[in-house]
Amino acid sequence: MSDKRKLLLLAIVAIALIALFMTIEANGIWEYVLPRRAKKIAAIVLTGTAISVSTVVFQTLTNNKILTPSLIGLDSLYLLLQTAIVFLFGSTTLTAMNKNVQFGISTIVMVGFAGILYKLLFMRKGSGTIYFLLLVGIICGSFFSSISEFMKMLLDPNEFMVVQDKMFASFNNVNGDILILAALAALAAIGFFYRDLKFLDVLALGREHAVNLGVPYDRVSKRLLVFTALMVSVSTALVGPITFLGFLVANVAYRLMGTFKHSVVLPATSLISFVALIGGQLIVERVFTFSTSLSVILNFAGGIYFLYLLLKENRS
Amino acid sequence: MIEVSRLSKRYNGNHGIRDVSLTIGKGAITSFIGPNGAGKSTLLSVISRLLPMDEGTVRIGGMDVSKSDSRELAKVVSILKQSNHLNVKLTVGELVEFGRFPHSAGRLNAEDRRQVDEAIRYMELEELRGKHLDNLSGGQRQRAFIAMVLAQDTEYILLDEPLNNLDLKHSVQMMKVLRRLTDELGKTIVLVLHDINFAAAYSDSIVALKDGRVARHGAADEMIDPAVLQGIYDIDIPVHELGGRKVCVYFR
Repeated sequence: MSDKRKLLLLAIVAIALIALFMTIEANGIWEYVLPRRAKKIAAIVLTGTAISVSTVVFQTLTNNKILTPSLIGLDSLYLLLQTAIVFLFGSTTLTAMNKNVQFGISTIVMVGFAGILYKLLFMRKGSGTIYFLLLVGIICGSFFSSISEFMKMLLDPNEFMVVQDKMFASFNNVNGDILILAALAALAAIGFFYRDLKFLDVLALGREHAVNLGVPYDRVSKRLLVFTALMVSVSTALVGPITFLGFLVANVAYRLMGTFKHSVVLPATSLISFVALIGGQLIVERVFTFSTSLSVILNFAGGIYFLYLLLKENRS
Repeated sequence: MIEVSRLSKRYNGNHGIRDVSLTIGKGAITSFIGPNGAGKSTLLSVISRLLPMDEGTVRIGGMDVSKSDSRELAKVVSILKQSNHLNVKLTVGELVEFGRFPHSAGRLNAEDRRQVDEAIRYMELEELRGKHLDNLSGGQRQRAFIAMVLAQDTEYILLDEPLNNLDLKHSVQMMKVLRRLTDELGKTIVLVLHDINFAAAYSDSIVALKDGRVARHGAADEMIDPAVLQGIYDIDIPVHELGGRKVCVYFR
């Protein structure tokens, strides 16, 4: 099958799932059901695209297909922020807080942290800067996780429930205003970094080949890392930590498309993420009737896939 | 012409190369030889902007390497390192097409396709064109990478140990191809070579490096001399005349 036909097929599956999601068990109360479900779909499309694109870009930059941008430590920072709010001001503050304000704070803190990391990155010259960034990211990430673990130990069990709720991505209460804000931010980021994306195919060959082929490697790779961090921040602030999804769908896309061309892989990854998210959400709502969360299902499926990859790579 | 002036590069305080000044002539094959750790690969990497320099300047065809636009440089000079592990699955044809990136930015036109076909023919890879690189032998892969560099169609070609992984037959073929590139197309080729006999047989001039400095630079004929080689490698290397060619016998 040609790449175009595969993409078309994926698009059809995604659209069919969207149609199913919008209409299933609507019981004729369309005015109530449609806008609410449309909002979820919009959130899923936005997050799916953001996470897919950032993961593929990140994996191309690091030349490693089993990394996810969560290595930069943004997820842990988000969780630390949520835990700290509950720890310091109590769970009522978090739940009663204006959603816009909450989204704003989360985004600003994550983008600010990414900014500090990149300040470090831009100060360093020469090769190996990406690995330096990853190292700093991993250390900061573990640091943030440890602090939030420590706070969770001291929390009242009821308060802890609120924090635990935040630990998993959820599309169930997405706020409309925030959605528009996040979409604008993501579009702005894509627009601003669009011209760097054409270098991705060459970057996949590794630094030396990319430099030889005339890619201004240092500038492009740093810009793309900033792009990755922006996309991760927006989607995490919107629905919670969900970078594992990126790993999952990116690898399914590589396997399914069997090509290195980012003009094919990027849309394929996004479409697969829509299928995974909408399918998962349907299972959560219709099979488990909201008794579990989407991340649990995704992590379960993703974990099995990850083990499969490990075993398979081990054998070859 | 490649002009290197007062070039230095340090790794964690150790000298990779120090204070190297050198002029490499156009339309000729120049080989870098020297013992391990002499700085041959480092020098090649710095000349080709793969490594940033600490001091000094490099000018290739009049362009200052550290100041010029990377894409413009990529149309003038190409570099191929010795280890070429890829994390992506590519066919030979796809790899060679990447060589046209500086010219076409990913969208191949008729001229690009012609150059790709020609490079593949030059390296005798027609039959392997649709094969994945992972399924090739080391020598075939090496030829595929050289074909990519040929498709890039640059006036200056820098190769770091191009004979690595190649058996005798393919080594000789590779050197003949490089010779033809200089003689027929007027390319300027700079090589890092370990085998001084190959360097002697195919180069126009030889640069000997030792401890990060240029020990000696001269025409191939005058460099293949027992006294000169003794100074570079610290072992006795008798040179014999065989069929009108100088051959070094350093095996025992």
